[in-house]
Amino acid sequence: MESLSNKKKLIESKPLNFWERAYLPAILSGLSITMKHFFRKPVTISYPEEKREFSENFRGMHSLKRDENGKERCTACGLCALSCPAEAITMIAAERQKGEEHLYREEKYAAVYEINMLRCIFCGLCEEACPKEAIYLDGDIVPADYLRKDFIYGKDKLVEAPLNQ
Amino acid sequence: MELADIIIKFVLIVIIFAISLVVAMYSTYAERKVAAFFQDRIGPNRAGPWGILQPLADGGKMFLKEEIIPTNASAFLFIAGPSLAILTACIGSAVIPWGQHLTIGSHVIDLQVTDINVGVLYIFGVVSLGVYGVMIGGWASNNKYSLLGAIRAASQNISYEISMGLSIIALLMLTGTLSLREIAEQQHGFWSHGWFTWNVFRQPLGFLIFIVCAFAETNRTPFDLPECETELVGGYHTEYSSMKLGFYLFAEYINMFISSAVMATLYFGGYNFPFMHHLGLTENWVTILGVIALFAKIIFFIFFFMWVRWTIPRFRYDQLMDLGWKILIPLAIANIVLTGVIGTIFK
Amino acid sequence: MNTFYFIAFLSIFFSILVISAKNPVHSILYLVLTFFTFTIQYILLNAQFLAIVNFIVYMGAILVLFLYTLMLMNLNKDSEPFKSNIVKIAAVLGGGCLFVVLFACFRQVGIAEPVVLKDPGLGLVKNLGKVLFNEFLLPFEISSLLLLSAMVGAVLLATKDPKTV
Repeated sequence: MESLSNKKKLIESKPLNFWERAYLPAILSGLSITMKHFFRKPVTISYPEEKREFSENFRGMHSLKRDENGKERCTACGLCALSCPAEAITMIAAERQKGEEHLYREEKYAAVYEINMLRCIFCGLCEEACPKEAIYLDGDIVPADYLRKDFIYGKDKLVEAPLNQ
Repeated sequence: MELADIIIKFVLIVIIFAISLVVAMYSTYAERKVAAFFQDRIGPNRAGPWGILQPLADGGKMFLKEEIIPTNASAFLFIAGPSLAILTACIGSAVIPWGQHLTIGSHVIDLQVTDINVGVLYIFGVVSLGVYGVMIGGWASNNKYSLLGAIRAASQNISYEISMGLSIIALLMLTGTLSLREIAEQQHGFWSHGWFTWNVFRQPLGFLIFIVCAFAETNRTPFDLPECETELVGGYHTEYSSMKLGFYLFAEYINMFISSAVMATLYFGGYNFPFMHHLGLTENWVTILGVIALFAKIIFFIFFFMWVRWTIPRFRYDQLMDLGWKILIPLAIANIVLTGVIGTIFK
Repeated sequence: MNTFYFIAFLSIFFSILVISAKNPVHSILYLVLTFFTFTIQYILLNAQFLAIVNFIVYMGAILVLFLYTLMLMNLNKDSEPFKSNIVKIAAVLGGGCLFVVLFACFRQVGIAEPVVLKDPGLGLVKNLGKVLFNEFLLPFEISSLLLLSAMVGAVLLATKDPKTV
């Protein structure tokens, strides 16, 4: 049949000549190739001490942001929880009391904000859904742990550190 | 024999035993490190500086793991298998000449446990006995994979013993003795009477056959079919755990060490090194340098074993048998004939 | 002499175990031990070459082959074939004849003088080689021919007949 793509190649399989059958030259060339690799610089990055740079659009652990005055941006609107395809986010909203203006930017804030890191798929939809630019997946890799309950991260782990301490 | 001589022999045996165990231990580390370098990696580097405590960590792990004896296995033979494997691996070192002799006071110490006049055959016998450890262990596990591994080991060892023996015969035709010390003495220095003294330059083909057979006898890649993971899970040691598995793995490394020592002694001059008597050193220093030279050769061969392991893929079983019976044996016989003809011409 | 009796006792002990062991594989392993005691006997006789050859050929090769075939035959189910009465009677007759012969032999036995070799180094490989290749060259070569013909026969049996296959 006519080949349509003209990419067909006929492979000839010639019988091996004596040196190819003797197998030794092939072994020697193989040994020289591996020896070349022996002196090559290792490509390993020894992880905990050295870290590979993340790409710009890497999505790691979430952080809840503060504004320029150090107030929490989150207003507990729940859009992030709604947009989350893995249903990893829960929160309980609370009214801002008098005297807490320096803590929370809006009148409503998240008293409890929890992300289950075992459910989270790091898709970044919460980041996109947030109207207040309060959540970003700009952290590191979520570390391993022993118990399932330890993977539910509360505000203590998620909220950014205060500006000036 | 005086008491002092007995004590000296005893100490020598203990030292050689300790050295072969330490070399085997660090071969496991070297294997991982060398493999890493060949694959552009770093290898174990956590236990101690550059990971040099890794063998201790591995050993500790092996000892602490759970000991499992399968219900349907025959318990005595199951334990006898690895014990026999490591026993036969260790006793091979008895006839290898590690150096000339040291003179301390009035005592002249031969750096060899015993110089029996059938040394080469002794090595050969010990090697041929080594297969029992594998076979007994594989059979006693009562597992199809182990049994297949054991059977492969048996047929492979028997097949390659023949060509190994034939390649040694050609060498013995040149040396005229079976004693390893005399063979080492004959390769004194490096150059005499217009030709190299080392046997590898007199028996290149024989050496090639011998080294291929040594790979097969120690079950190293490309001939590691008895423990071929892709086909037989773990081969003969599928059912083993804990230090019994450790013994099997250890026996392999000791075998590697012993066969490297044998190759160095038979073909690469043993403890001899070039210009050994033109340096103007005392006898004892020459001996010590000779021991170092022998160990350098041994370490090179161990490295070569690893180098080949990370270069050449495993043979198929029928290819292994073809190589052994249809190529190596005729080649070894041709080598004998050739050696005989050349020997009579140049006599 | 004491070593001799001890080793001789071990040889007989293990050879009895060879024929009384139920499991064929165990029986082969006892046979290995029996041959090992023979090796020790040869060493005691200062016949190093014979000892090592016994070691290599019998222990290292032939018995490995025995073990190999037994493992392939899978005899560990204690499936002893049924023995008819004729076989049993024949066995009793055979055993009786052996007993008569042995009895007749033992009656003739006196305590022999211990054999003293004229040359204690006879068993060493050099002397053995000289004797074999000078005095006994013809029988030696004839036995090698015998082995060669056996080998050729084995190859002939193993090759397939091109007509029938």
